[in-house]
This record gives sequence, C-alpha cells and structure tokens, in this order.
Amino acid sequence: MIYLDYQATTPLAPEAREAMLPWLSGPEAMGFANPHSPHRPGRAAAAAIEVAREQVAALLPPGGRVVFTGSATEAINLAILGRKPRQAAVSAIEHAAVLDTAAASGARVRTLAADGEGIVAVQPLDPGTDLVAVMQVNNEIGTIQPVAAWAEAAHAAGALFLCDAVQGAGKLAAPEGADLVALSAHKLYGPKGVGALWIREGVDLAPLIHGGGQEAGLRSGTLSPALIAGFGAAAALARVRMAEDAAQVERLWSLACSLLPDWTLNGSAERRWHGNLNLRREGLDVARLMSDCRDLAFSAGSACASGSGRPSHVLRAIGLADSDAKSSVRLGFGRYTTEKDIEDACARIEAAATAQRY
Amino acid sequence: MANIPIYLDHAATTPLLPAARAAWLEGAAIWANPSSPHAAGRAARAALEEARERVRAALGWSGEVVFTSGASEALALAITRCSLPLAAVSAVEHEAVLRHLKLTGEGSMLPVDADGWVDPASAALPGLVAVQHVNNETGVIQPIAEIAAAVRGAGGLLLADCAQSAGKLALPEADLIALAAHKFGGPIGIGALLVRDWAMLTPGGGQERGYRGGTENLPGVLAMTAALEAGTDWRGEAARLRARLEAGIVEASGEVVAAAAPRIPTIGAYRMPGKSAAAQLIGFDAKGIAVSAGSACSSGSLRGSHVLAAMAFSGAAEVVRVSIGRETTEAEIDAFLAAWRALRPERTAA
Repeated sequence: MIYLDYQATTPLAPEAREAMLPWLSGPEAMGFANPHSPHRPGRAAAAAIEVAREQVAALLPPGGRVVFTGSATEAINLAILGRKPRQAAVSAIEHAAVLDTAAASGARVRTLAADGEGIVAVQPLDPGTDLVAVMQVNNEIGTIQPVAAWAEAAHAAGALFLCDAVQGAGKLAAPEGADLVALSAHKLYGPKGVGALWIREGVDLAPLIHGGGQEAGLRSGTLSPALIAGFGAAAALARVRMAEDAAQVERLWSLACSLLPDWTLNGSAERRWHGNLNLRREGLDVARLMSDCRDLAFSAGSACASGSGRPSHVLRAIGLADSDAKSSVRLGFGRYTTEKDIEDACARIEAAATAQRY
Repeated sequence: MANIPIYLDHAATTPLLPAARAAWLEGAAIWANPSSPHAAGRAARAALEEARERVRAALGWSGEVVFTSGASEALALAITRCSLPLAAVSAVEHEAVLRHLKLTGEGSMLPVDADGWVDPASAALPGLVAVQHVNNETGVIQPIAEIAAAVRGAGGLLLADCAQSAGKLALPEADLIALAAHKFGGPIGIGALLVRDWAMLTPGGGQERGYRGGTENLPGVLAMTAALEAGTDWRGEAARLRARLEAGIVEASGEVVAAAAPRIPTIGAYRMPGKSAAAQLIGFDAKGIAVSAGSACSSGSLRGSHVLAAMAFSGAAEVVRVSIGRETTEAEIDAFLAAWRALRPERTAA
C-alpha cells in the first residue's frame, strides 16, 4: 500500500508515539494519573501537558493561549459557537467544520468567493460583520490563502478573524494577525483525538463543554496527557523539520508533475502547499481508477466529503463543471513518502487512466 | 517516575489495562482516516464499526453508540441536542451536568436526602432528567430503576451519567448514558454517549452517523473496547478491601459518608474529625499516598463539595475520598490506615 492521502490524515511520527507511551502506562509507572489531581502523579501529568502546550504554542503567534480540544472540528465549533457571531463571512472553500458550524450558529452568513485559482482574495465585508473565517491552506486543493491580509481586513471592519490552520500548521509560518486559530494533531504527524484552539489574549469565548472547569473553564473534560504529549512532540518535530519537510515535498512535487504531464492541476500551482496534487483528466472515471489502483490510498475530493458522493464544494467554487470535479483526484504526500512511492504510484495511475480510453 | 506512590484515587482516573494498551498500540498502526474511501480508510472504518459492536455487546446495550472525547462531551451532546428540553438534574450531579442548568437557568434541581438519594417521585417530569448512576464523591448508587420508571411515566427521558459505574456495574435502565474510558481501564480522551433511539437526538457533525464531528480516535476506541471486555471479576475483592478500610477508619474514630446507602465498592468518602481535608491531603501526599478531596476537578481548587452540601453533611470540610481499583492491594489499604492514624488529631482536639 502506498499512502497518498496526507490531507485526510498523516502517519503518527515515531517520535510522537514515543512521547505518548509513558502516559499510556499501567499502575507500574503512574503515568496514567489524572492531570487535574493535586497529588504528585497528577502534578507530573499536568507538567507534561504544560510542556506540550509550549511546544504547540511555538507553532503559533505570540500573545495568545492554546486550549486543547478533542479535535480541530471541536476547536472550530468552540471558536464560532463560543463567539456567537451575528454576522459572519466565511470563504466558499472552508472545510465543512466551518461552513456547517457557521450555518448552525444562527448568524447571517456571507460567503466569500474564491477565484479560479482557488484563492479567496480580500474583498469588502458587509457592515456589521463580526467574524471572518478564511483557512490558511485548503484541504482539497492545497491553495495558500492571503490570511494576513484577511486578518487586517477583518480588523478594519471591526470583526475577529478565525483561521483554520489544520493543513498549514507545522508546514508554514503561523497565520499572522489571526484572533482564533484551529489546529489538529493528526494532520501534523500527531495522534487522532486531540486538537487545539489558539486564542489571542483578550478574546472572550463561551465554553461548549461544561464540567470540571479544565482549560480555565473553556473546555471541560479530563485532558489526555498521552494525546497531548504526542501532539506536543509532533509540533516540536514539525518546527525543527519545517525546512527539511518542505524541501522533500518540493522534490516529490516536481517528480510527480513530471510523471503526470497530461493531467490538469486544480488550483494555483504557485500559491500552494506542494504536498497536495489535486488533478483532473477529461472523462476520467475516478471510481474505476480507485478500484484499479486498490493498493494506492488516495482520495477523490476531501475525505470528509468523499464518503457522501456529493460533488466537491471547493472544486465547484473555483469554477469547475461537475463533470470536471468528478474526474478529479487528490494525491497527498509528505514526510514519509519516498521518491519510489511517487514513481510507482504515478506509473500505476497513469497506466490505469490511459487504459480507460480504450 | 522514581517514587511510586500508593494510588487510591481510581475515581479520578485508573491505570490503563495491559489489554487496553495493547489494543491502543494495535490501533495506532491503523492510522488512516476512517472517512477515507480507499482501502486503508475502509480498513480503519471496519475496525471502528467492529469495535462499536463489541462495545454494545460488552455493555449489553441494544441502542446506538456515539464515540466522543469523554464523558463531559457526551453529557454536553446529550443535554444540548436532546429532543426534549432539560427539565431537571439532581443536586449531586458532576459539574459537567450541573453547569448546563446554572448557565441556561432552565430546569430545576432535584434535592437529595441525607444518604444522597434522589426521590424518584420528584423525577416524574416530561422533559430531559439527568440523574447519575453512581456519585463520584461518595459512591452512592441512585435508585435508578425507580427514577427511570418515574421519568418515563411522565413522558420524559432519563440521562444517566455512568462515568463511575460503566465497566463496573450493569448499565442502568436509561435513555441516554454517558461514559468515559479512563474510569474503567481505558485511556483518557475517549468516551461515548449511548442513545436508546436516534430520534432522541438532533443530528450535527460529519462523523458518527451525523451526530458528532471530528476524525475518530480509533486507537482510543479500540483501547476502550478492550478495557470494557476485561470484565468485573475484581469487584468482590474491591468490596472486601473497602470493608477492611472502613472498619479501620471507624475504629480510628473516622466517619463513613452515607454509610447506610447502597454504594459502589470502589468509592468511599471519609471524615477525619478535627482535621481539614486540605491538611489531610498534604499529609497523605507527604506519605506518598494519592487520595483526593471530592472530585479531581474540584480538589484542585479545594472548593467546598456541592455533593456533601446537598446531603446536608456536617463536617464536609474534613472529608477525603478514597477510591479503589483493580490493582489495589491489602497492603496499600493497611498503609493508608496507618497514615490515617498518624494524621488523626489527638482526641482532645476532636
């Protein structure tokens, strides 16, 4: 199996796994303790969480705090529902977690259009807008959004700026100027089951999950030292490897592009995270391609949407006809992908797609 | 950790079982996204759905299972998305339930008697009624079958917080049940909301059949499943150890909270007359014994226990919680009793 679905999830880094194991201990080592208990083992677990909080915070701008959640979806829900906006502006290419939560929030929601390249350029906001959400890197087509400019525009309009940085965190510099930033551990080689919301100092939110008052009352529920230590280690590793990881992705990108010359790229080639290759080929039957390439793990659109069978809202937003969207595939690669993986996978995809014509 | 204390705080969290750890490691190797359509994603999906069936079998639950990050999330999901509005919660609920009442101001508080029991007749309300199965501070088991009958008789739905009982006692008769894996030998960060019928819940979110959003924590789910399947054959030993503990405490002029009420054998609350809980905690901690004053969440701040207040227990500020787990030994109980006797104030002070 060659795994080419790095936008859906990334492999757990061995370093992150190692960092988790002491906190998955049984009674022999006390690593299982509740970090909110005041006794000694509890305090040790709490200390590990604070170390990890610093490691995650290092991926983010100064002047805010990291609140751990169960996922990026929960972080986005906390940001939007905890803010209760009256009038929101969200980009047309946001993840369903933003689109659906904004719709459910009761706010009036204006959609910010994307251009044919998959970029949501800064555009005028309606008066009264109090929350703007534009993602850092799109999960389906990898395009990098002008989030610093959006943060400025949002602030000029008196709104807060929420940035879904799930696909960009650990790969790109932190989204500058954002007030709320959502992250997911399992998209940066950490474990599933943990995410974070970064909150700029002075931004008030109401909690969604009540109880023991953890995370300064903003998110109740016993924190998992294992998941959080794994998240911290993954974040620290991403930070030190940022240039190295990017250089590797760059090599794989060039190689894949050279091996798939007859395919058309969806979205900008330049303003893009190059670990995302969303391609189309006229008349391609993607279901058949996936069935012919069973030992390749890749996606047709985003993993979240691709189970539903509905056409990708992102490809539609950048102006693709439904027929073009339906003949698109997403190849995602990263730290653990080798050049041989790309060569083998591209050869197989190319052969299977070409065979469809006869 | 070099210095391993005597751990008697299993109600806060209990060690991960070896079988759960093995299942976690197995799950960590199945790291594809269960929502991905390719073979790796489908394999993860299959493992997730198989685990769901095993959870239902282990719990003897015929309804639906929504995996969550823990009990607090499960309770929030139940309360905010139930088809009926919140009508009442018991006065001894965990803060994860109580806060909803305090914030919305909707619904009433059901009082408890001196044993911590809710009067079933008071729960006969045509809305969502939340009554825990087992109290996290005292171990008191509610008369939940009678409460369920009263709630349903009035056309309401019963939400039972089973964080302290799931995996230890049979599930109670209830419509919505919240549980957390780390209270029964699974990892922290995974739990579930059990729903008797989807019609009781408003959908929301892209995963878990549209009832919860967020990529599933498959290693956590597998570890929780293994912990549930580990069984409850240690309960008899827990009951024996608890009897020994309480005999020793009473002999040393301590008081057992809700001594006459039915209580789970794993949790007990004890008053040391003349010594504040804060001073006891410091004393026990110095002797390498981990216990707590009330819940882990509240003992961090050492604020007063709302549970003991609701029971009108006098001397609440002198109560600590001792909770027993699968691994607890007689030697640990005896060490606790020795520490208790050493910390106890001179009789003249009492």
